[in-house]
Amino acid sequence: MTDAGTLQNASAPDRIRVDLQLVADQIQPGSRVLDVGCGDGILLAYLRDSKQVDGRGLELSMARVSAAVRVGLAVIQGDLETDLENYPANAFDYVILSQTLQATHNPKEVLEDLLRVGRHAVVSFPNFGHWKVRLSLLFRGRMPSTPTLPDQWYNTDNIHLCTVKDFVNLVNSLGVTIEAGFALNGKGRPRQYGATGRLANLFSEQALFVLGRPQN
Amino acid sequence: MTGSDPAPAVTGTDEHLSPRITLEGPLVLQSGVSLSPVTIAYQTYGALNADKSNTILICHALTMDQYVAGPHPSTDKRGWWDALVGPGKVIDTNRFYVVCSNVLGGCMGSTGPKEINPETGQPYGLQFPVITIRDMVQAQARLLEQLGIDKVFCVTGGSMGAMQALEWAHRFPDRITAAVPIAGSYRHSAQNIAFHEVGRQAIIADPEWRQGNYLEEGTTPHRGLAVARMAAHITYLSEPSLHRKFGRKLQDRDSPTYGFDADFQVESYLRHQGYTFVDRFDANSYLYITRAMDYFDLAEESSGQLANAFKDSPVRFCLISFTSDWLFPTAESREIVHALNANAAKVSFVEIETDKGHDAFLLDEPEFHGTLRGFIEGAATSVGLGSANKETSSD
Repeated sequence: MTDAGTLQNASAPDRIRVDLQLVADQIQPGSRVLDVGCGDGILLAYLRDSKQVDGRGLELSMARVSAAVRVGLAVIQGDLETDLENYPANAFDYVILSQTLQATHNPKEVLEDLLRVGRHAVVSFPNFGHWKVRLSLLFRGRMPSTPTLPDQWYNTDNIHLCTVKDFVNLVNSLGVTIEAGFALNGKGRPRQYGATGRLANLFSEQALFVLGRPQN
Repeated sequence: MTGSDPAPAVTGTDEHLSPRITLEGPLVLQSGVSLSPVTIAYQTYGALNADKSNTILICHALTMDQYVAGPHPSTDKRGWWDALVGPGKVIDTNRFYVVCSNVLGGCMGSTGPKEINPETGQPYGLQFPVITIRDMVQAQARLLEQLGIDKVFCVTGGSMGAMQALEWAHRFPDRITAAVPIAGSYRHSAQNIAFHEVGRQAIIADPEWRQGNYLEEGTTPHRGLAVARMAAHITYLSEPSLHRKFGRKLQDRDSPTYGFDADFQVESYLRHQGYTFVDRFDANSYLYITRAMDYFDLAEESSGQLANAFKDSPVRFCLISFTSDWLFPTAESREIVHALNANAAKVSFVEIETDKGHDAFLLDEPEFHGTLRGFIEGAATSVGLGSANKETSSD
């Protein structure tokens, strides 16, 4: 693919998935980044190669960790709910948590920990306030199953789903600053309206927020 | 054979044995004893580059030696990491200069209990001072200094080799770029000390051991050493791998003999492991090296906090463990990872799925080899030792 064809850690692709690109756009070049739930490291490799980011990754799946280490990334196998606490305060400029907050046991503590370890947190999650979710429960009387949330109630990892409004309320109660917000469609493309308003809560499939520490 | 480099001062006696270097000045051991002279036997593979930046130091495990790759001089086998080390292999000797030395206290040419004590003209035996992992690493560091290598690109090894790699990262963080401790721990567990004690007592209980003076008295404690090896060998495997390999199958017979012959294949296998070991290993070396592992505890050395051992470490780490390794279980590697995270160190960690037990680090495990290759490649790129085609452009 590249001239360094023999290398397994050849450069990451020039273009990445649209939702990952939006996350990457929030990161300052040359910063220190921890990607929690980094998968096989696509985003970290992109940040390393195009933004000279000093990156680390945490990933639950051993196969994905192995794939990430094979391309030269500093990724460890671990669970964010037990391993995040080992990192010292201010270790990173950004901590990224994509589509995972709703699967944690203690989302509030996780958010606080993200902003202890990193000066900023980049967090995305599916919006349980989307109109299809609401209609599904209202008319079908069934737990919602949508393209963004395809699992059944008995096999989903998502034990703490929230709406955009719920998330904003939690963030406000923690005194956390919302530095940027994006209402997203199912593919992760930003919508035209604001991320914290009613439209977002009703029409966005997912949301992405850049959070900063409480000002005090 | 592949590029073993006899250039630096050779004081070896046997032509087929490794080059040896006598360290300049005494080696002050962790115990406070000053040991002199200290001679270290070592093997090298590949060539040192112009700016002396491409060294990979391999640290061997308890019963291994400096013959990492190629034919072994005293067994009919290939080196213990021949699968990984060589031209074009994971540790590519076309690009890297690989150094492996026989540990201090060993029995393959480095100063150890079977070498002659200059004060008495007799083998050291139990007069040899107790050594530690730190002492082994100090000896390696001095060897590299005398070879003119100030900075090592990567230190790696499995089991006791992992302990040495960790000790390197702890003691000389600015002299290494990367450390890859495989199937290791930051301290020897109570269970592991217990197994070692069984082995040592087997040797000591052998009347041929003669209070450690068997070399002068012309005996060999081969029974004790063989039993030590048999017990230890079980700890290197796993129940599933033993079952897969042997099950309850009988050895060359159709029914049990109702005696104490090696009726079962697994017994016959262990006996073979024991008997072949005594031909290549010195019983006193076994006592000393197992003791060195027992004393190893990086957390205790760092005021009880392992994280202190790696304060602000610039080293890039890659820890690798194996699911079925019950001698150095994954949990111990994970503790190291947590200590490194507490320093926000650059660390990768992979647990490889295998049923081959502790010995997996010596075996053909594609996932393990792929991980190691990828990590080395990434670390090499970060210090401008990148791909093979870049080599020509350097200066």
